[in-house]
Amino acid sequence: MPYHLNFNLVWKYFFDKLAWGLVMSLELAVVGIAIGIVIGLGLAVLSHGSGRAFRTLVAAYVEFIRNVPLLLLVYLVFYGIPSIGGFKYDATTSFVMTLAVYAGAYLVEVFRAGLDAIPKGLIDAGRAIGLGQVELVLHVRIPTMFRIVLPSLGNAFISLFKDTSLATVLAVPELTYGANWIYTNTFRIVEVYAVVAPMYLVTGYLLLFGLRLLERRFAIRRR
Amino acid sequence: MIDVMLKGLPFLLQGLLVTLEASGIVVVAALVVGVVLGIGLSYGPRWIAWPIRLLSDFVRGLPLLVLIFSIFYMLPLTGWQISNFASALAALAVFETAHVSEVARGAIQSIHPGQNEAGKAIGLTFSQRMLYVILPQALRRFLPPWINTVVDTVKGSSLLALVGIVDLMLSIQQVIGRTFKPMPMYVLGALIYFAINYTLSQISRRLEARFAYVRE
Amino acid sequence: MSGNDAAPLVRVRGLTKSFGSNQVLKGVDLDVMKGQVVSVIGASGSGKTTLLRCVNLLETYDGGSIEVDGVEVGYTDANGRRRPRGERELARIRADIGMVFQLFNLFPHLTARDNVVLGLRKVRGMDRAQAREVAEQWLARVGLADKFDALPIELSGGQQQRVGIARAVAMSPKVLLLDEITSALDPELVGEVLTVVRELAKDGMTMILVTHEMSFARDVSSRVVFMDAGRVAVEGPPNEVFSAQAQMHERLRTFLARIEMNRA
Repeated sequence: MPYHLNFNLVWKYFFDKLAWGLVMSLELAVVGIAIGIVIGLGLAVLSHGSGRAFRTLVAAYVEFIRNVPLLLLVYLVFYGIPSIGGFKYDATTSFVMTLAVYAGAYLVEVFRAGLDAIPKGLIDAGRAIGLGQVELVLHVRIPTMFRIVLPSLGNAFISLFKDTSLATVLAVPELTYGANWIYTNTFRIVEVYAVVAPMYLVTGYLLLFGLRLLERRFAIRRR
Repeated sequence: MIDVMLKGLPFLLQGLLVTLEASGIVVVAALVVGVVLGIGLSYGPRWIAWPIRLLSDFVRGLPLLVLIFSIFYMLPLTGWQISNFASALAALAVFETAHVSEVARGAIQSIHPGQNEAGKAIGLTFSQRMLYVILPQALRRFLPPWINTVVDTVKGSSLLALVGIVDLMLSIQQVIGRTFKPMPMYVLGALIYFAINYTLSQISRRLEARFAYVRE
Repeated sequence: MSGNDAAPLVRVRGLTKSFGSNQVLKGVDLDVMKGQVVSVIGASGSGKTTLLRCVNLLETYDGGSIEVDGVEVGYTDANGRRRPRGERELARIRADIGMVFQLFNLFPHLTARDNVVLGLRKVRGMDRAQAREVAEQWLARVGLADKFDALPIELSGGQQQRVGIARAVAMSPKVLLLDEITSALDPELVGEVLTVVRELAKDGMTMILVTHEMSFARDVSSRVVFMDAGRVAVEGPPNEVFSAQAQMHERLRTFLARIEMNRA
């Protein structure tokens, strides 16, 4: 079947659907990982000094999220929870929350490993100059840990950016949704993905590149 | 809640069969091709290794959903008469193959080059070295991460629902479409996925622990 | 020594080899007769290890030639054109050249016996029973009769190296290459390995040794070759090379002095 490439239809909608779509994807990823960090870090810190029950609960949460497809989680949060809770939220909020919970599960492990990797000497030095428990955590543990986990954190973010493509199913206007919109309205499948695929790839590489720069500046490498 | 779950269960189980069939085919295909590509990446001359590297990075840099949509909608245009199921599987297989080739490459390249040299020194050919020296050693470093790719395949198969394949995910949606009771079905579906994947991850974890003490 | 065959078993002529812009071998000539033991000594970077690894083509060489038993190792003349040898030809040639490595390179997933059996079965085509017998004979000869079923991880360095020697020698190679085989061993384990090598020399195995063990080289070699900056600088029987006269050669003198200093 002859297929004539016609990129005009794609360029016509490029700005609206694709460029803004990419921005939306990035926004989703950023907010998702921000909340995910809060969840993951909180749980990691709390796990440190607490009992078996709490740690088992956290482990259950992590295992559940890691073994269930993200798509199912997205639907569960958007359609399932309101049906028993009675309240409603919009697609974007729902997706971001799902993404945050998803990211949180991976980040708990990352942060826990990071906290364990903090050299004991640093803690002792902090105690020696008279820092109390809370101050130790705030001024020594957390900043140091962030520098240790920076590579893992960055990779998680890039991964999450790709996962934002699932927001399509909730009609959130991110990049994949934009691509599908153009396809259903113009049937220009080859052209649209010829543009969208590189958009994902280039963005991914730029993020990776930025991550490397950050690592060079901030990361602590374990010798 | 429970009775809704029970009523929907048979339909979900049918979908589960499709999920398992799809995942199974993809896992096997990705394993065979992925290991070959991994060997090519590790030992191949530049004109073999670079294209593999490029394609692999390309495929892994895209979201799986984008890969599925593009391959699924583009394949019919080639005039090739291929079923929906096969198209969708092809997309998932491409994704997983790229990941498996990475795992294979990592496992092979972690083996000390002296092993290959010792094999050469006693007169073994390339395929003999692969078969008797390199791959047996690579196997223990390959298995745990490979099982993780199997888990990813099962989770990734849920996206096939979005191109109309009636797998576990889509059957959940179909039942909800009739009963209007989303939560019980989502929970049940989650439990089924969990059961499969958790078992797989536990196997991976056990294997990793077992191989760790065989320090070479 | 023997020297009854007119042609050398190993013949190196004008060998050159570069790694990128660094020329490591600048035209090496060497003859090894059947039954001879030749020790190659020299500072690191002198090219001695590269030379050895070229003989069984673990490293390719750029120019010159290496012939083992009359067959050029790296290249072949098909219709008058010189082209590098293919995979299968190389495998066949390498089967007749044995190598023992500094880091042993035993196959960790195989027992001592199976390390030796592998080559016998897959390259020499022996059946299982025959291969086992030959392997066990050789392992016994290197003093490991009680270690047939041991995995490399269960063996000491000296024992592993002896398995490495058995693995190489069981293949009945025409020439044996030994690449600093005691350098990675704890001092007290060196002796047991050198004893095995001495035995092999006595039995007439043609060997090329790259070594830092000067006294051993003096003891067991028919000839010693001192390499410096990619070339053969001094060559001759051990007593000559280590004599005061040869040490008129400045680089050799410096080299030997440094070795003595490290010993102390």
